[in-house]
Amino acid sequence: MTNIALEVKDLVKTFALDGTTINAVDHVSFQVKSGEFVALVGPSGSGKTTMLSILAALLSPTSGQVLVDGQDMAEMNDKRRVKLRREKIGFTFQANNLIPFLTAQENVEFMLRLNGKADKAGRVRSAEILARLGLNDRLHNLPAQLSGGQQQRVAIARALIHNPSVVLADEPTASLDTERAFQVVETFANLIHENNRAGIMVTHDLRMCRHVDRVLQMQDGKLVRVYETKDEIMELARGR
Amino acid sequence: MKNLFLAFYLALKEVFRNRGRFFLVSLVISLITLLVLFIAALGEGLANGNRQYVANLDAQLIVFLEKSDYSISASRLETNTARSVRRVDGVADAGPIYTSSTEIVSLAEPLKVSMLAAEPGRPGMPALIEGKYFRSGGAREAVIDRNVALRSGIKVGDEITIRSTQGVEDEFFRLEVVGMVAGQSYFFQPTIFVPSATWETVRPQSEADLNSSTAYPNILAVRLTDPSQADVVTRRLIATVPNIEVTDIATTINNIPGYSAQQGTVQTQGFFTLLIGVLVIGGFFQIQILQKVPQIGVLKAIGSSNGVVGWAAVIQIIVVTAIGVAIGGGLTYLFSLGFPPTIPLAFNGSRSLIAIALLLFIGPLGGMVSIIYAVRIEPLKALRLG
Repeated sequence: MTNIALEVKDLVKTFALDGTTINAVDHVSFQVKSGEFVALVGPSGSGKTTMLSILAALLSPTSGQVLVDGQDMAEMNDKRRVKLRREKIGFTFQANNLIPFLTAQENVEFMLRLNGKADKAGRVRSAEILARLGLNDRLHNLPAQLSGGQQQRVAIARALIHNPSVVLADEPTASLDTERAFQVVETFANLIHENNRAGIMVTHDLRMCRHVDRVLQMQDGKLVRVYETKDEIMELARGR
Repeated sequence: MKNLFLAFYLALKEVFRNRGRFFLVSLVISLITLLVLFIAALGEGLANGNRQYVANLDAQLIVFLEKSDYSISASRLETNTARSVRRVDGVADAGPIYTSSTEIVSLAEPLKVSMLAAEPGRPGMPALIEGKYFRSGGAREAVIDRNVALRSGIKVGDEITIRSTQGVEDEFFRLEVVGMVAGQSYFFQPTIFVPSATWETVRPQSEADLNSSTAYPNILAVRLTDPSQADVVTRRLIATVPNIEVTDIATTINNIPGYSAQQGTVQTQGFFTLLIGVLVIGGFFQIQILQKVPQIGVLKAIGSSNGVVGWAAVIQIIVVTAIGVAIGGGLTYLFSLGFPPTIPLAFNGSRSLIAIALLLFIGPLGGMVSIIYAVRIEPLKALRLG
């Protein structure tokens, strides 16, 4: 039986701006299964980042439900939300991803420290996952000594090291050239599948969708289309 | 506890990996420390120079002439007042103290000194650390305090010549140094002690004073049988002995001319230096936190609590301040070795310890705004929404 890692039910998020109400997320519902890699696409202002912020428990919805491993975020206080982010969610961000004064391995291990699992086995695992991402000779480099692509790969390792249920990526390829961007997304997709995690990637670059299992397209806060078959997704990625 | 460990980890890693930047801030704090400690030492040194003799008196009360406003130089007691005071119930002993100043001229560089007269064995005469007390009567003998020896090289057994202006003439008197007491500075000058009759003969005097051969003490130092009964004995003394006013040692010190004004000035300087320290530290850490907003956002987004972020900021500030204070303390010690004894610096006082405690406190105080700011940063900053 396939496990539902993330479930969004009739989600609404409104903002008041200059006396008018803006529906940043407008009655959106979807599910993401464990081992599934989903892309959230749409033009600028379509509500992607707002949606990601709600899924990450950084922003409270106006109405609707977000369930991670069956736990409803709406019923959690701030402390439990911090705990949820720490234990159940993995993150990569567009920029300023890594802690600049920690080495690549220390950045990855920091997630284990946060979860009280920074033991010897954890250190071995962090080195293994970085090696798996082709960074075995960069373990002790600071972020400033790594290229943009290497930094993103370290961020991916950090997002996965603590075995979260859901991995969220906010424009992970925005600062990379095309070749490195494809490499990063492919690696990300492989790790999501191998580790049986639910992955959601926000991107405005449709070409990056070729490695995902499903594409959710948003526009004006609404979920306007879902691309589910491989052909549909490849066609979208090719820009047709 | 886990939060504290994580905060230590983050704080120390950041300080270590950016040690150049943090060291520069520590250096600034060390310079502030240097300044604060020197001001504290100067305050202590000046206070010692002014009050040391009075503060070290083996007495609880001081008797002044009535209406002298507790001013030693303005007070002049009758010769029989000491006997009257000694008869009062609760008084263990009372010793007359005569104050004046003179100049030791039998040195390559003349040395101005306070010349006090007191009776050996009674309150007012400090304990010897070397030699013996002078004989009573008009013996031309003196006991010097250690500050005189340090500044002039005079030893027990030496003979010194003092110059006092009497009337309109400069008179020279030779005194044999027979003993030495610990530091007893009075009125910013090292001190020599002489018998009261000798004091009356050799002290600087006006033309009118020259006609009298009676020595009138300025004050009496009163030792009580039970120091806790000071208030009761004070009332009893005032009621029993005519023409006197009585107070404690602390009030006497505060009424030494210039003492309060001088200490107030030094303390104000110290306060403003500490204030500058607060602003410098506060400014640095505020700028640092502003530069780290996205980074703190990421930390919070991945599950760091406010406690971790806040404690990390506090620990960093404490570490940087402590390193700065330690360097500043070391620099102060090294500089102090090179200062001549004429500069009144005293690093062994409680003021230096208080200054160090305050310096360690101003770090977190200065960084308070930045700590609050760090705790309030929204994790949404990591996602460009904040």
